[in-house]
Amino acid sequence: MPPRLTLKDPGQEYNLVRRRVLFAAVVMVLLGLALVARIFYLQVIQHEHFTTLSQHNRVKIAPISPMRGLIFSRDGVLLADNRPSFSLELTPERIEGLDQTLVELRRLIAIGDADVTRFRELLKKKRRFEGVPLRFNLSEEEVARVSLDRYRFPGVDVVARLNRYYPLGANLAHIIGYVGMIDERDVETLDKSNYSGTAHIGKLGVEKAYEELLHGKVGYQQVEVNAQGRVIRVLDRSPPTPGKNISLTLDVSLQNLAVQALEGRRGAIVAIDPRDGGILAMVSAPGFDPNLFVNGIDAASYRRLLDSPGTPLVNRVLQGKYPPGSTIKPFLALAGLQSGVRHSADETWCPGWFALKGSEHRYRDWKKGGHGRMAMRQAIAQSCDVYFYTLAHDLGIERIHDALRHFGFGLPTGIDIGGEAAGMVPSRDWKRKVFEQPWYPGETLILGIGQGYMLATPMQLAAATATMAGRGWRAAPHLFLSARDPINNETVGEAEPRQEKRVVVDDEADWDEVITAMLEVTHGARGTARRIGQGAPYTIAGKTGTAQVIGVGQDEDYVAEEIPEELRDHALFIAFAPVESPRIAVAIIVENGGSGSASAAPIARILLDHYFGAKVRESAG
Amino acid sequence: MIERTLADRMHVDVPLLIGLVILCSMGLVILYSASGQGTDIVWRQGIRMFAAFGVLLLAAQVPPATLARWSIGVYALGILLLVVVLLFGDVGKGAQRWLDLGFVRFQPSEMMKVVVPMVLAWLISEGGVPPRFGRVCLSCILIILPVLMIAKQPDLGTALLVACAGFSVLFVAGLSLRAIMGFAVVAGAAMPVLWHFLHDYQRQRVLMFLDPQQDPLGSGYHIIQSQIAIGSGGLYGKGWLNGTQSHLEFLPERSTDFIFAVFCEEFGLMGALLLISVYAFVIGRGLYISVKSQHTFGRLFGCGIVLTFFVYIIVNMGMVSGQVPVVGIPLPLVSHGGTSLVTLLVGFGMLMAIHTHRRFLAE
Repeated sequence: MPPRLTLKDPGQEYNLVRRRVLFAAVVMVLLGLALVARIFYLQVIQHEHFTTLSQHNRVKIAPISPMRGLIFSRDGVLLADNRPSFSLELTPERIEGLDQTLVELRRLIAIGDADVTRFRELLKKKRRFEGVPLRFNLSEEEVARVSLDRYRFPGVDVVARLNRYYPLGANLAHIIGYVGMIDERDVETLDKSNYSGTAHIGKLGVEKAYEELLHGKVGYQQVEVNAQGRVIRVLDRSPPTPGKNISLTLDVSLQNLAVQALEGRRGAIVAIDPRDGGILAMVSAPGFDPNLFVNGIDAASYRRLLDSPGTPLVNRVLQGKYPPGSTIKPFLALAGLQSGVRHSADETWCPGWFALKGSEHRYRDWKKGGHGRMAMRQAIAQSCDVYFYTLAHDLGIERIHDALRHFGFGLPTGIDIGGEAAGMVPSRDWKRKVFEQPWYPGETLILGIGQGYMLATPMQLAAATATMAGRGWRAAPHLFLSARDPINNETVGEAEPRQEKRVVVDDEADWDEVITAMLEVTHGARGTARRIGQGAPYTIAGKTGTAQVIGVGQDEDYVAEEIPEELRDHALFIAFAPVESPRIAVAIIVENGGSGSASAAPIARILLDHYFGAKVRESAG
Repeated sequence: MIERTLADRMHVDVPLLIGLVILCSMGLVILYSASGQGTDIVWRQGIRMFAAFGVLLLAAQVPPATLARWSIGVYALGILLLVVVLLFGDVGKGAQRWLDLGFVRFQPSEMMKVVVPMVLAWLISEGGVPPRFGRVCLSCILIILPVLMIAKQPDLGTALLVACAGFSVLFVAGLSLRAIMGFAVVAGAAMPVLWHFLHDYQRQRVLMFLDPQQDPLGSGYHIIQSQIAIGSGGLYGKGWLNGTQSHLEFLPERSTDFIFAVFCEEFGLMGALLLISVYAFVIGRGLYISVKSQHTFGRLFGCGIVLTFFVYIIVNMGMVSGQVPVVGIPLPLVSHGGTSLVTLLVGFGMLMAIHTHRRFLAE
């Protein structure tokens, strides 16, 4: 082995280092002696003094946890509350005969076997003189019963705590999220001193994203304790700073209505105000009851949620990835106009299928007999597939990829509660990297009708629709509206939506062209969603979509009744209204709901009617 | 060829290993009491220690020549990881220290405690001791760069230890006393500048030391309670599990930074002297091994590790007994926690490697 550790002048080097080490050793010994002297001073000379101090040590400093901020909707409905709840706590060090006490307590109030099991578990982890909860959520009657007999049970206390409570439960579970007990992983990352009196921390959704605002700052009190460590009186107090109250952009009545609309189904609804990106409603169905998680969910309930076929714990709005189907068409149409590949009047002949040159494979239109001659406006209104196969073919994958990216597909939308999937806009490079295969022209075609590799989250669809409504202007979707100080009700923080021009076209008339076509979808005589346009006192621009879950063979027909439900098509609908000055943009997905026009579009009408109706009433009142 | 014992073949220095095992065992015993008889926490810490000794054995297998050769590369990697932490690290306790690799979370700043003395030992041993002016300057840069990045996270305790590790190598290498004085003057002059770059909470901490009454749960209270714990322990202590200061929760940070106070309360002066003697033995053995090393790299690196270990102990014990301001430095091998445990034992593993691979020059 080549010795890199060459010896320059071994003897001299050795001596120098040895001298220095000796020197260091002397210093270390001196410092060590100083330390020993100090400990000797404390433990021997001052021993009596400190023994007295320790015996009279009666003043302890205890943290006071701050009150967690409340969460409200835009219109002031309370969404997350702190409710007093009574729990029964036992301090084993002060109890003689724990088992006997348990037996007697069970005679007094209802205590299940599960409660006792959990109690025994907690008992192992607790510190000395720390109360261990046996029962949560005592009723007033139970509190009274225990209090009456308290003299019989030293070491048993009824403790009042504030518990997080979500009055609207499952309706907002995917927005608010929930708080849960602080666990080991949280402890690693949180500010220990500020959380010294806190048992709960935001685990999901708004509760997690705005934890810092909601939590507040810990306070302290000096307390006098007796020899057993029980608090006798409070000497001094520096109060905690409560967390900030937060208002969200949500419209609760719209949210509730959207939840109702998806009752018993799987799907997602998002409603955004295109002017500032504020989220008005956001539903992922089925939901779950966030209150279950606050004091720790029991294993059986958790398993039930995990095993439920509707996957209620998955936030479909942010993590559900769906083929956008025909809802992609208006965006491609705009790309066609902007790139000059299409003029609005250019017509395409639709015989009911399309084939690439030199290929036998027929790409079918949803309408068997074909649509005939189609210009852009009719092609969008009637959702002609052949028109868009042709357009996609002429645009090519690069231009499609770029156009969709500009509308925010394939990228996180930047929503303020995080946790979102990026979706997928395929490209040549991506396919080469992932599959090591070239891009085939047929894949461009099906991308034209929103099928194939393309995947979008409902939030992306809603954000893209809002961008269409804003004619290229877009603000990141957000839930946070403002934060207030609960003491003086002063506003301490406000959302600052920043609008950005994301999609630029050379001729502003291109927007009119596409938006008019979307208006035809709902108000035109042959529009795919004409039923929802009927009798609407405002104008709706929309687009239906039906996304295939399974491929249908060349010579097969799709018959919904013959296919198991979970393989049926997803129904989609995007819309914004009113067309002249858009105030709301929605995206709706009903999983395995069949066609967009039949199951998704009617929901939009219900929501829009309510939204504008409520606004009308508001201004009238 | 001399007959090699099992310990030699495993590259283990038995006296040093025994010392370390005794320290860890004492740590577990006192942790059981400090945690309020938490069997869970002791069990987990025991498993961590077991794993850390495994890592020590691995580290002992690497020949010092290899360490020297790789030191600059490992150093560069460490700096890179520190940059990554500053850019993407997990924010823990208001500071960015952690790197989450999915299966494991670790602190790159921690590994610099070993890497900085290693790279300096290599740099200086290449040029011969005492180091010439150029190498001293280069060494300073190699020390200051990671120290600033760690202080920026912010983690003053670790930054201090890394700086100590580096300068102890320079010191042992025979840096002239005039240069050392120069450093002291420069450091003093840099204080106001440094103040300007401190985070708010760090400034707060310094101010707190100057005026302990400011924070009810702050250093002042810690120090008073900790001294009561030590003092009331007396000559023989209150007995295991009988410390009132800790069990009635007057003493903060009982199982981590202030565990020495619990130890003194329950085992008294005799216990404290025993613990200090074991530390002294480990340090003495470490210095002996380092000096006996056959090459300058081993000597410098070994001394760097041992002196840092000493700084750990003296700062922690000094803080707990009220002689040094409160800095977040745990009592090595005894305090509860995993990260510093691994770094320390890796350091000692390398020290054993320096000793047990010592024949490689002769072969």
